[in-house]
Amino acid sequence: MDQLMANLKRQIIAQLNLKDLKPEDIGDDQPLFVEGIGLDSIDALELIVLLQQEYKIKLASAEDGPKVFYTVRTMAQYITDHQPA
Amino acid sequence: MQQPNKYQITAHCTIRQNKVFRNGGLLYEDQKALALKDFSEGLYNHLQIQYPKFYKMDPLSKLGLLATEVLFIDIPSIKLYQPEEVGVVLSNAHSSLDTDIRYMSSVQEMASPALFVYTLPNIMIGEICIRHKFKGENSFFVFKEFDATFITGYVKGLLDEDLVKACVYGWVDVLNQDYDAELYLIEQNHQ
Repeated sequence: MDQLMANLKRQIIAQLNLKDLKPEDIGDDQPLFVEGIGLDSIDALELIVLLQQEYKIKLASAEDGPKVFYTVRTMAQYITDHQPA
Repeated sequence: MQQPNKYQITAHCTIRQNKVFRNGGLLYEDQKALALKDFSEGLYNHLQIQYPKFYKMDPLSKLGLLATEVLFIDIPSIKLYQPEEVGVVLSNAHSSLDTDIRYMSSVQEMASPALFVYTLPNIMIGEICIRHKFKGENSFFVFKEFDATFITGYVKGLLDEDLVKACVYGWVDVLNQDYDAELYLIEQNHQ
């Protein structure tokens, strides 16, 4: 799980062009949106693309987005639970 | 007796061929930058801007944003206007084609939402307005070449009708590694 979270932080920074952030600046349990690192709705769409491209996982329902993308840990948990066999 | 001018151009910026001019004087030059991306990021750093969203923008919006940053150097009064009092009127030859082409390429694999949002040229105006909190009249025109007569007349109309008290206007064009920006700030005379 720790390795997956570390990978996710690097991928989020690359996918979203967050050039002023380093992986260590993103806490495992830090909210990714608004009050956290300040991602917006377009970033949310990019995270859905990231899940599909890097992990071959399609978000089952758009309504799950806020829970899945709440923190790096919730993303990692979702990936772990839905990783194709 | 000659009537005093109701408005005047208070700043002018030109960005082309790896050089940035402000009011006719050379402000920045980077002949080592081979790509527009490198030149833009070099200018961003030179201007000491702290605006992380810059890195997410497409090349056209980056160039437009940087040109307005140059324009507003030594113009602190721009912050004194009400948001609705400042307009932005821009034009270019290639619309958002530079990003449209890259977006079409990305669709072959997986469409990028972050790229898609820049497939309209007036998004550049939106980025400038968000950065400076402008909410005045705005328009984007596509011409073969910079039509100063038309755009100046259009902007003077906005000022004459009192729809805006200041306006950023001009030309910002990008296609591949070719780019050209020429912006003006015109303000109503306060005298």
